[in-house]
Amino acid sequence: MVVFLQGCKLRCQYCHNPDTIDTQGGTAYTIEDLVKRALRMKSYFGNNGGVTVSGGEPLLQAKSLIPFFKRLKEEGIHTNIDTNGRLLNHPTTELLDHYADLVMLDIKHMNEAGFQKLAGAKNKETTFNFAKYREASGKKMWLRYVLIPGITNTPELLHQLGTYFKDYKTIEKIELQPYHKLGVHKWEALGWEYELKDARENTQEEIDTAVKILSSYFKEVKAN
Amino acid sequence: MKVAELKNTGLQTEGFQNGDWNNTINVRDFVYKNITPYHGTQDFLIGPSERTQKLWDVCKAETKIERANNGVHSVDTDIVSGIASFDAGYIDKENETIVGLQTDGLLKRAMKPFGGYKVVQKALEEIGLKPANAVNELFSKYVKTHNDGVFDAYNAEIRKFRSLGFLTGLPDNYARGRIIGDYRRIALYGINSLIDAKKQDLAHIKGPMTDAVIRLREEVSEQIKALKDMILMGNAYGLDLSRPAQNAQEAVQWTYMAYLAAVKEQDGAAMSLGNVSTFLDIYIQRDLDNEVIGEIEAQEYIDQFVMKLRMVRHLRMSAYDEIFAGDPTWVTEAIGGMFKDGRTKVTKTAFRFLHTLYNLGPSPEPNITVLWSPSLPENFRKYCAKVAIDTSSIQFENDDLMRELRGSDDYGIACCVSYQEIGKQIQFFGARTNLAKTLLLAVNAGRCEITGKQMVKGIEQDNDEYLDFDKVMANFKLAMTEVARVYNDSMNIIHYMHDKYYYEKGQMALIDTNPAINIAYGIAGLSIVADSLSAIKYAKVKPIRNEDGLTVSFEIEGEFPKYGNDDDRVDIFAHNAVEDFNNELKKLAVYKNAEPTMSVLTITSNVVYGKKTGATPDGRDAGVPFAPGANPMHGRDTNGAVASLNSVAKIDYKDSQDGVSNTFSIVPKSLGATDTERIDNLVATLTGYFAHGAQHLNVNVLDKDTLLDAMEHPENHPQLTIRVSGYAVNFIRLTREQQMEVISRSFHESM
Repeated sequence: MVVFLQGCKLRCQYCHNPDTIDTQGGTAYTIEDLVKRALRMKSYFGNNGGVTVSGGEPLLQAKSLIPFFKRLKEEGIHTNIDTNGRLLNHPTTELLDHYADLVMLDIKHMNEAGFQKLAGAKNKETTFNFAKYREASGKKMWLRYVLIPGITNTPELLHQLGTYFKDYKTIEKIELQPYHKLGVHKWEALGWEYELKDARENTQEEIDTAVKILSSYFKEVKAN
Repeated sequence: MKVAELKNTGLQTEGFQNGDWNNTINVRDFVYKNITPYHGTQDFLIGPSERTQKLWDVCKAETKIERANNGVHSVDTDIVSGIASFDAGYIDKENETIVGLQTDGLLKRAMKPFGGYKVVQKALEEIGLKPANAVNELFSKYVKTHNDGVFDAYNAEIRKFRSLGFLTGLPDNYARGRIIGDYRRIALYGINSLIDAKKQDLAHIKGPMTDAVIRLREEVSEQIKALKDMILMGNAYGLDLSRPAQNAQEAVQWTYMAYLAAVKEQDGAAMSLGNVSTFLDIYIQRDLDNEVIGEIEAQEYIDQFVMKLRMVRHLRMSAYDEIFAGDPTWVTEAIGGMFKDGRTKVTKTAFRFLHTLYNLGPSPEPNITVLWSPSLPENFRKYCAKVAIDTSSIQFENDDLMRELRGSDDYGIACCVSYQEIGKQIQFFGARTNLAKTLLLAVNAGRCEITGKQMVKGIEQDNDEYLDFDKVMANFKLAMTEVARVYNDSMNIIHYMHDKYYYEKGQMALIDTNPAINIAYGIAGLSIVADSLSAIKYAKVKPIRNEDGLTVSFEIEGEFPKYGNDDDRVDIFAHNAVEDFNNELKKLAVYKNAEPTMSVLTITSNVVYGKKTGATPDGRDAGVPFAPGANPMHGRDTNGAVASLNSVAKIDYKDSQDGVSNTFSIVPKSLGATDTERIDNLVATLTGYFAHGAQHLNVNVLDKDTLLDAMEHPENHPQLTIRVSGYAVNFIRLTREQQMEVISRSFHESM
């Protein structure tokens, strides 16, 4: 079960859920209502399933996520946060240390200028500090990385990514998300300009090359 | 009636564990004592033998001719089909390890006029043929059929409910089917032993000679004649079925011959096979252990057996296609499941059966049904998921639920979804009643909303501007009581006459002499009822009436929860409608003291039912197809696949023990990005759904684009198979209208 939380401080050019960026939107749910829904789905989770909070940026609501995840843990449900890792304050660390079974950390770009251009805000090492914090806790983490031809898929950047994280023991796998244009209509619906108009989708060969490069650094590389 | 003791005639015991099966007819005991459960992977499986491929090439060529010839290859118009009436028929004799056809030619259909001679005449006339003069002379002048008997006894009320579409698909002009002979018995015991046992039974059926006793004596005598005919049928192929099978090949052959006798004699809507894979595995494993055969032979026997099952045909008139589209035969084979002691019934031959869908390609028949339990071996669960994803040809049923509630671990699936203990129990097929139309009686003063004919008395004309929930509910219950009464009357007549004029002597010869009987009622239009009641309760529904006061449409003001979104407010209406109608049926006396059960299952009749039903208070327009089975209405289950499944799972199997059919279609990519992910997710979905107490799930993993392409280019998709409601069809054999209906169904794009 995926809960998309409303609100994000970034405005990534490829965002496929731009309707979740505005912190004013969304529908209010009580924690018990969400837990109830999760329980109705629990039997379907199998060995790998559980509740994932995504967004938007879920950590903006970390304070509310603590009691939510606490209830899920009481019910024996696996918890997961899909985040850009740009927040590392008190409620966030408490959530990470005690309630989040898994973190899926989105690495947007390996250099600051690239990050700023892509995400419309500064990173200033915060994502990397977040990764360090998770690594120090010894709890499991996956990385996610969007492959955009010419922007994030250059061998240089991929090697940089691999080199940076290769010694991390908590990283179980890296998931590559080949860029696609499925979210473009949402941008248009919002009346926003879609700045990546000229970007194209990956060829299979490009995806295979990226997988090959990263495979020398990570235990498991998966292209979605 | 106790099972008689056996006079052993050559019972095969070498290499087998002895038990009760040595002394009485008890195939379950044989299976239980001798099974080799298999927990491994599918890696041992191998491709089709050269002989199998040659045969399948012939079958494919001939089925192509059949399709080109409007769906009928050829018909024998001289011979009235019976167990021993045709000479031997072959596909390509020298390559056949398992032999036997219904007639003397591949795909050649036969006349079985005892269900209804007019139906046979009509079916032939539609393809420019007619029965031979001798047959015509007999059946138009001297022989009375089931259909003649039924219409002699029907009253005006039943005829009215039938012709206006309140009751549809009644087996009153075709054979009822739904009986599963224990086809394993011939292989294990040989026919001579079975004849002896039946003779002993007959000797014990004593006076006073009441109707029931006389009838049973006559029936058992008929069974004995049928068994003798089966020996003759075997002789035509050079097989001695009077003795038990001695090896794996014979076990498969003997079992197939028993089934073949059934489909030579009867053309019931559904002629299930049972659960033979576990039984056959015992013989196959013994031969493998003794190195008499290898895997190539083992798979060849199963491939060729399954190939024969795929070639089963019945002569049908085209109107039949409205209810049972795509020329189905329901050779339903239940695979897997667990014993009560916690051991699995999965064997290597369970894998071999599933593997035919690769060796011979996807196919709707045999209707392979996996009896699912979370306790099944993990490798088997994954393989089943893989097969479902690759072929969309199999369905799943909740073994834990049925085994525990119904009591046996030796059961098959009759027709689409219905539990039937093998050799101990039979079913009287009951088609279904139109519950959506029944609801319309409640708002139309008991009159048919289309014709205005008075169907039910005692419901007042409603002149309120908006429908009042309590009033509608009370009237709906009244209407259900009356419809149930007429439905039950028609069933009693039909089954009385079927026994009298078209008794299943061959199948009943392979079942205990006095079996338990379920009468299998059914309903259609459940989601329409639930959503309509929800609209009336949670929104404002204004009926628009014509000058005659009949509803022609409904205006809905406001929102209302819809069935299929895991919302208790509306799901309770589906649950309660099933419970209420089932309770009405249970109050009524049934022929032969059969025990009523009910299904939520439509086959493809959801289309024709929709045609016969006016606009409904949920906003559905007149004539629009219903959702199939217990499915939510197309496009209304908007909260994802799990929410949709959870809604259906709320229907209590206790109230619907003939089955609750749900057809689930999902696009491959939303099931997962990789093969492994898709398999894991489907396993989790099945486990999750059944954990909610659900009973049945058809699984289609398909893109709509594939179906659209198949509509445009059928020649490129000769074996494209899709699960509809409790069975699968060859997609290109559906009418365009049915194809469109299938495409309009919800294809879930998110879990």
